[in-house]
Amino acid sequence: MFYREAGQFKTSYSADQAIFPIRQDRLGLLLLGLVAVFAVPALANNYFLETIFVPFLVFAMAALGLNLLTGYCGQLSLGTGGFMACGAFFSFKLATAFPELHIVVVFLLAGLGTAGVGVLFGLPSLRIKGFYLAVATLAAQFFLVWMFNKFNWWTNYSPSGVISAPPREIIPGFFVTGNEASPAAKYVFLLIFVAVLALIAKNLVRSRTGRSWMAIRDMDIAAEIIGIRPLWAKLSAFAVSSFYIGISGALWAFVYTGSVEALAFQIDRSFQVLFMVIIGGLGSILGSFLGAAFIVLLPILLNNAPAALGIPLKVELISHLEFMIFGALIIFFLIVEPHGLARLWQIGKEKLRLWPFPY
Amino acid sequence: MNATATRFGIWMALVPLLIAILGLGLQGLAIIDTSLFFTWGYFLEVLIAGLLQGVLYSLVALGFVLIFKASGIFNFAQGSMVLFAALTMVGFIEMGLHWTLAFILAAGVMVVLAIVIEKVVLRPMVNQPHIILFMATIGIFYFLDGFGQTLWGSDVKVLDIGIPKDPMFVLPNVFEGGILINSFDLVAALVGAVLVAVLAVFFQYTRVGRALRAVADDHQAALSVGIPLKTIWAIVWSVAGIVALVAGIMWGSKAGVQFSLALIALKALPVLILGGFTSIPGAIVGGLIIGAGEQVAEVFLGPLVGGALQDWFAYMLALGFLLFRPQGLFGEKIIERI
Repeated sequence: MFYREAGQFKTSYSADQAIFPIRQDRLGLLLLGLVAVFAVPALANNYFLETIFVPFLVFAMAALGLNLLTGYCGQLSLGTGGFMACGAFFSFKLATAFPELHIVVVFLLAGLGTAGVGVLFGLPSLRIKGFYLAVATLAAQFFLVWMFNKFNWWTNYSPSGVISAPPREIIPGFFVTGNEASPAAKYVFLLIFVAVLALIAKNLVRSRTGRSWMAIRDMDIAAEIIGIRPLWAKLSAFAVSSFYIGISGALWAFVYTGSVEALAFQIDRSFQVLFMVIIGGLGSILGSFLGAAFIVLLPILLNNAPAALGIPLKVELISHLEFMIFGALIIFFLIVEPHGLARLWQIGKEKLRLWPFPY
Repeated sequence: MNATATRFGIWMALVPLLIAILGLGLQGLAIIDTSLFFTWGYFLEVLIAGLLQGVLYSLVALGFVLIFKASGIFNFAQGSMVLFAALTMVGFIEMGLHWTLAFILAAGVMVVLAIVIEKVVLRPMVNQPHIILFMATIGIFYFLDGFGQTLWGSDVKVLDIGIPKDPMFVLPNVFEGGILINSFDLVAALVGAVLVAVLAVFFQYTRVGRALRAVADDHQAALSVGIPLKTIWAIVWSVAGIVALVAGIMWGSKAGVQFSLALIALKALPVLILGGFTSIPGAIVGGLIIGAGEQVAEVFLGPLVGGALQDWFAYMLALGFLLFRPQGLFGEKIIERI
């Protein structure tokens, strides 16, 4: 009833190809943006900002990156953790070596560096695919984490192997990293940064590049026959995906935790991001956000639910139960809706268009 | 089958040559860089220790291959099945049962588990893309990890079924001090060999084994001649579960039953790449190469880069290998030009 595009006529090609063709979507997004920028920092306390909103945005970024590679280009990767570590350590080296460099530039440069590493480890994708490729990306995962852990040049010879983000301002007087940064400042900075990059990603997948990725994903031989170069498509997917993942790693180290060691980017991290992509929906930008929200919120809920219900459980048991419920939920989701939360949202939209009439 | 056998023979004949070349190379390196240490006796000792370690990798990889062959599912949960089986076994032993009885009961549990997995997870997901099934097995991985530890606790447990663990020295008159071999590793190798032999007989000569091979070859054709696909899947998962149990006992009595057992599954992945996803001999040979390769690299090359080469050496070896022979040593050659 309220969500119906009847009467919205497209009179030009550009209107027809707009990124959000339906007026309600535009309004909803605007409203969501306003709430996220103004209401959330004002209403949520620091605890919520630090434990839910900031990690959600960082993970959404990583999921977005992996979704570009796995969801859009069909190349399964288990090296996400390694690439995040790349972003974190590159940006640390850059930020400490060139203190006058603006922090956003540092992040983008770290992302570019990670993109280079991603292309390097994406090279095997030209010969192999599927699970073989997944194992090949595991090499990236283990090698990169080992490298950052072993050579303390990366940590500026810190004896503990932990890097701490130096304090940096985004505009004078407005710290986003280091101890002086307030959670609200971090949140707003992240929100804008991630939103801009997500918008770029959304446009990228609608462009020629994104279409060539999807063609490769759907049938690589057919794609090659219609003139898409697999080499270019696959490596560009690896580059762009690693760029996003690298930036998310940098954000993780600088904005979310503030100090991090290479072991924070173990294989678990790769799986975590892969779950976000699968649960959110392969091949959907919105899905990356939904998946990230789900995976960030689930452990918090599972941790607090027994206490809230008044069932006393040992901490150890809770962590095991968390594993179990996590695994069971993943299986449940895959059985009920293999296309993820994004598909559920689409179905919901279809229902909303008709509501309250049956058809 | 015959071509595979020939290729197998050729590779076997090349092995001593490869070992000699590797040894000579390392010796040369040790002459150039005096910080490295090399003697032939020590080299062989490390190599043998690596090979025996490799047998244990092969045992895990074997479970992967069985399931991949029969159902095309890349079963990431194999590692947690190993952990779960070992935990169950220890749990039964702690109840005061003799280990043979505990083994039979644990095998029964693994069969039940296989049937449950088939019914609850696999059956509703028939016709889904492979990546979705792969994700489902990651879900099983998490579930089993949590379930096993909820049931049996998460302490490091000792699993002792009376395998001797004495070190032995062989060929003391050829090499100075002889070559140190752990008798436990020899037993593990023996068990691995017996297991492979039993599996080979099972696949080759029984009715169920023939059905399994038919399913592995072509699902549609197998269905159309009346082979019940779902039963076969349950059987394959059961067999993989029992292989996991054997692997779990071996790993568990070597290193203690603990959470890290689930992660050795990851080490089995490069083994699969090397050997080919669909080949049982490949899993064995791949395991041996990976085991020996990473031990030798760790001991003789580790000092050059500060150690812990073991973490990634196997993957890098597999990655390099993939570029030249994507289908693995014995895998089926799929002709695809992309």
